[in-house]
Amino acid sequence: MEFFDFFNNLFKNKKTVSKNTAKERLQMVLIHDRANVSPELLEKMKNEILQVLSKYVEINTEEFDVQLTRTKSEDGERMVPALVANIPIAKTKDDK
Amino acid sequence: MGQVIVVTSGKGGVGKTTTTANIGTALSLKGKKTVLIDTDIGLRNLDVVLGLENRIVFDIVDVVEKKCKVKQALIRDKRFDGLFLIPAAQTRDKNAVTPEQMKELCEELKQEFDFVIIDCPAGIEQGFKNAVAGADRAIIVTTPEVSAVRDADRIIGLLEANEIDQMHLIINRIRVDMVKKGDMMNVDDILEILGVKLIGVVPDDEDIIISTNKGEPASSDEKSKVGQAYRNIALRICGEEIPIMDMGSSNIFVNAFKKIFSRQK
Ligand SMILES: Nc1ncnc2c1ncn2[C@@H]1O[C@H](COP(=O)(O)OP(=O)(O)OP(=O)(O)O)[C@@H](O)[C@H]1O
Ligand SMILES: [Mg+2]
Repeated sequence: MEFFDFFNNLFKNKKTVSKNTAKERLQMVLIHDRANVSPELLEKMKNEILQVLSKYVEINTEEFDVQLTRTKSEDGERMVPALVANIPIAKTKDDK
Repeated sequence: MGQVIVVTSGKGGVGKTTTTANIGTALSLKGKKTVLIDTDIGLRNLDVVLGLENRIVFDIVDVVEKKCKVKQALIRDKRFDGLFLIPAAQTRDKNAVTPEQMKELCEELKQEFDFVIIDCPAGIEQGFKNAVAGADRAIIVTTPEVSAVRDADRIIGLLEANEIDQMHLIINRIRVDMVKKGDMMNVDDILEILGVKLIGVVPDDEDIIISTNKGEPASSDEKSKVGQAYRNIALRICGEEIPIMDMGSSNIFVNAFKKIFSRQK
């Protein structure tokens, strides 16, 4: 029985083991819970960032995106929440 | 002077009341004078899990409203020397008690008892605030599910905000068969996410249902495996170092190897 379990597990790839899915989903919701950043708050921040930057550069708003993720802390020991922004610039305002 | 321990979880139905009853019984069997307080006002349960439902005269609201003396509300368990219960009120709501009153009650009980164990209601509202008000330390109960672990994480944050720094985790209802298949998060997965100290792992076991049917906590049954898990937790609460039961290794491959080789003795 255990021998059988062992081979079963060998051939299951990491993704099909449902506990990995559970763990990944849990880690994602906890990023938001812990940082206390709601989707509404994130949307508000996005819009304000966009307003400020638009004074200086023209932003491709379609692809503009701000997300909450996790990154290693400076001491490299813990994972901490981080904002990651993707801000494609269409052109700078000086360009005529 | 005794210690006040709150048993809490955030999410409902993960095993707070079962844990309180079993740890309380195990502590009394170790000779510790222990009182259990049910703070789930309006949803009284600890009395039936302990089999003491026919002995109730006064409840926690009577005590804090000074309608009776604390001594009068203490129900002595005749089977287990040194085990007492203060039941919740069934016909009132959580606002009938304030955090200040709970603090006062805990202070008084600490003079008399080795352990005061508080069964906290589900949620993070008034009932939670009352339950943690007088606590020196906390035991957080979770199950290996996304929602329960998420709520435990929230509770850990709230306990920190309430300056309860000594926190320990119980992972309840582990199923070794599912852990081995990779279909249930294992102990290491959960500890990695929550980052608190583990005080015990409790298997999902039908003994719990049978013992709850009878009103006799499983920890009083020498032969019960889940009872053993609770007795071990009680010993760890008293500061003894007892190894945690193996509930399926973190690495299913390594575990399978270990099992194969350990069989060829
Ligand atoms: N280790 C276990 N094995 C099997 N069943 C269990 C186990 N632990 C708890 N249960 C069952 O789960 C149910 C909920 O347990 P319990 O009442 O202790 O949870 P709770 O956290 O106090 O719930 P509530 O939030 O409603 O107060 C009960 O039916 C109980 O018998
Ligand atoms: Mg309960």
